[in-house]
Amino acid sequence: MNTLRRLIRPEQLRELGLLLIIALAVWLFGTQIDNYYTPRTFTRISTSVAIIAVVAIGQTLVVLTRNIDLSVGSIVGFTAYFVGTELARNNDMLPIVAVLLAVGFGALLGAVNGGLVAYGRVPAIIVTLGTLAIYRGLLIQYSDAKTVTTASLPEWIVTLPQVNAFSAGQVDVRLMVMVAVVLVLIFQMAITFLPFGRRLYAIGSNPDAARMAGLPSRRLVFMAFVLSGALSGVGGFMFLARFGTVTVVAAQGLELQVVAAVVVGGVNIFGGSGTMIGALLGAVLIGTLEQSLTRMRINEFWKDALLGVFILLAVAIDALVLNRLRKLWARSEMTVIAAPEASASAAALSAKGGSHAS
Amino acid sequence: MPARLRWFLRWEGLLLLILIVTTVANIALSPVFLRVDNLINLFQLSIEKIIVVLIMTFVIINGEIDLSVASIMGLAACVLAWCVERQIPAEVGIVLGLAVGLLAGAINGFFVAYVGLPSLAVTLAGLIMFRGVARILVEDRSINLPDWLDRLGQQALIGPFPLALLIFFGLFVIALIVLQYTAFGRYVYVIGSSKDVAAYSGVRVQWVKMRLYLASGLISALAGLLFAARLGAVRGNIAEGFELDIITMVLLGGVSIFGGTGTLTGVGLSVLIILSLRNGMGLANISGNTQTSVIGLLLILSVLVPNGLRALQTYRKRRQLRGA
Repeated sequence: MNTLRRLIRPEQLRELGLLLIIALAVWLFGTQIDNYYTPRTFTRISTSVAIIAVVAIGQTLVVLTRNIDLSVGSIVGFTAYFVGTELARNNDMLPIVAVLLAVGFGALLGAVNGGLVAYGRVPAIIVTLGTLAIYRGLLIQYSDAKTVTTASLPEWIVTLPQVNAFSAGQVDVRLMVMVAVVLVLIFQMAITFLPFGRRLYAIGSNPDAARMAGLPSRRLVFMAFVLSGALSGVGGFMFLARFGTVTVVAAQGLELQVVAAVVVGGVNIFGGSGTMIGALLGAVLIGTLEQSLTRMRINEFWKDALLGVFILLAVAIDALVLNRLRKLWARSEMTVIAAPEASASAAALSAKGGSHAS
Repeated sequence: MPARLRWFLRWEGLLLLILIVTTVANIALSPVFLRVDNLINLFQLSIEKIIVVLIMTFVIINGEIDLSVASIMGLAACVLAWCVERQIPAEVGIVLGLAVGLLAGAINGFFVAYVGLPSLAVTLAGLIMFRGVARILVEDRSINLPDWLDRLGQQALIGPFPLALLIFFGLFVIALIVLQYTAFGRYVYVIGSSKDVAAYSGVRVQWVKMRLYLASGLISALAGLLFAARLGAVRGNIAEGFELDIITMVLLGGVSIFGGTGTLTGVGLSVLIILSLRNGMGLANISGNTQTSVIGLLLILSVLVPNGLRALQTYRKRRQLRGA
């Protein structure tokens, strides 16, 4: 039993459960929608998930530190519009320059959030609720009531969403989807193995303890917000490529989907625990619901109601079931530590494990 | 520092100063600003938000938050519209709308108070969920309400005052008494400053929180119905995004987001400031979206400025100590 507990953590059980729910949802939609199991469905859902997932990576970084970023929807919209306008004005711009422009612009907006939260000591919910409105308002001022249209954009970005990374039989995996998955994996590695990542967990589990232990908490929280902004910038670029037409209300309300993905994916809203893989699974579930419910014409309006129920359930299950499991696991680890010869391996294990029960 | 000057450094004093500045600016922009009908009109334009501000003050002083208020407003309005569409008398629709608001508050309260989940997550889910249910009820239609309801929402009822304004003043007096002079009001503060201390002192923390969320649901529903009556028609997105304005008014009034401190006097002043700011910006032809931006900026500043002042005070104190 103890070896089993050592191999499987409660978080992994949770992610397994999420996979089951996704499979169940897909099966359910398959019985309700004609021609559901087609390569086209996969492409449509995966492209939509890609944007949510990329933004959710940044959100996870922020939530791990016991903060929240509600302004991501406005950052995605503003970046999409800004880069779209620049590309329309200068069609010869190199693709790499356009991507860097998006990342830089997003990072700048994220830095404003991070500066106010980390150095101005204003609670994140207040800052980002404010910048959610401010960035959108600035975008409306900047746009002058114009719209970025597909016709004005250069050829390469319009065709970008159709570019395949690879195909497995009939199923095409788009480049944008591949980029999202690679980003999730990179950041999962970063938060598991890099000091920067472990410190984010430490700050989230106990901000005071982290500060007293000498961690540069302010700088790390600032960095988390900057990264969240930069990844929202990437999301904005993908949004521009996918839709081509960008208005001032672009990506409005995206923050709700992203926060939902992160919370459903098991990232604790009080910080200190959660994984990128979990957030990705959350994004897959949200994206699948979103795209599939839209195809069931009658029930289109059920989308938001179900989304809300899912968030509530996810948080409730987290509190009721997972905390109990974690206590069970922690107890078994304590008995391991009590035995002297096993203490070294137990210490190594707790250093490696991604869970910091709060 | 003279005592008189120090009073102005208190949050309420600062608010009063800002209010005087905005009022003078408004009078300069338009000579009719101080006329009674203009002032009533000013109140009437955001009366529904101000009604919800009252209960939000309680919730935030208690150390929690309710992001779902605007969605509950929309849900109650949509329940009313759904009834009207099905030829059910509007009176029944109003009662049903209030009941649904109470139920929504009970859901929030149950998960926050008894399950012990973070109110941020619970009411964020509520924000999405209740709006979703509202959309299911009216989909993408626009439903007109009966004429008598529309008239009730717009016309003066007693003297120059419309119904919503009378309800607001009534609720304001009740809120003031409950918060300052009843045991329940003091419990709200105690729980806000330390939940554990309150629990160990024998305060029934869960029941106080539950009652606050029930009240929040009921009052939000009432405000939503008043809003629907004033507009005369209901759409699925009615009152969407109102939570930003409502929370801003409360926090600008000096209520701490961490709970435990704040007064209704401060909140009342901040409501007046935001109303006269919106009026002034409207007179200066500034668009609604830019106005929202300015409100967002105010929200951030309302915490940033006191933080800065406090840092300055500690710095001064430290220097004084070093000097002595």
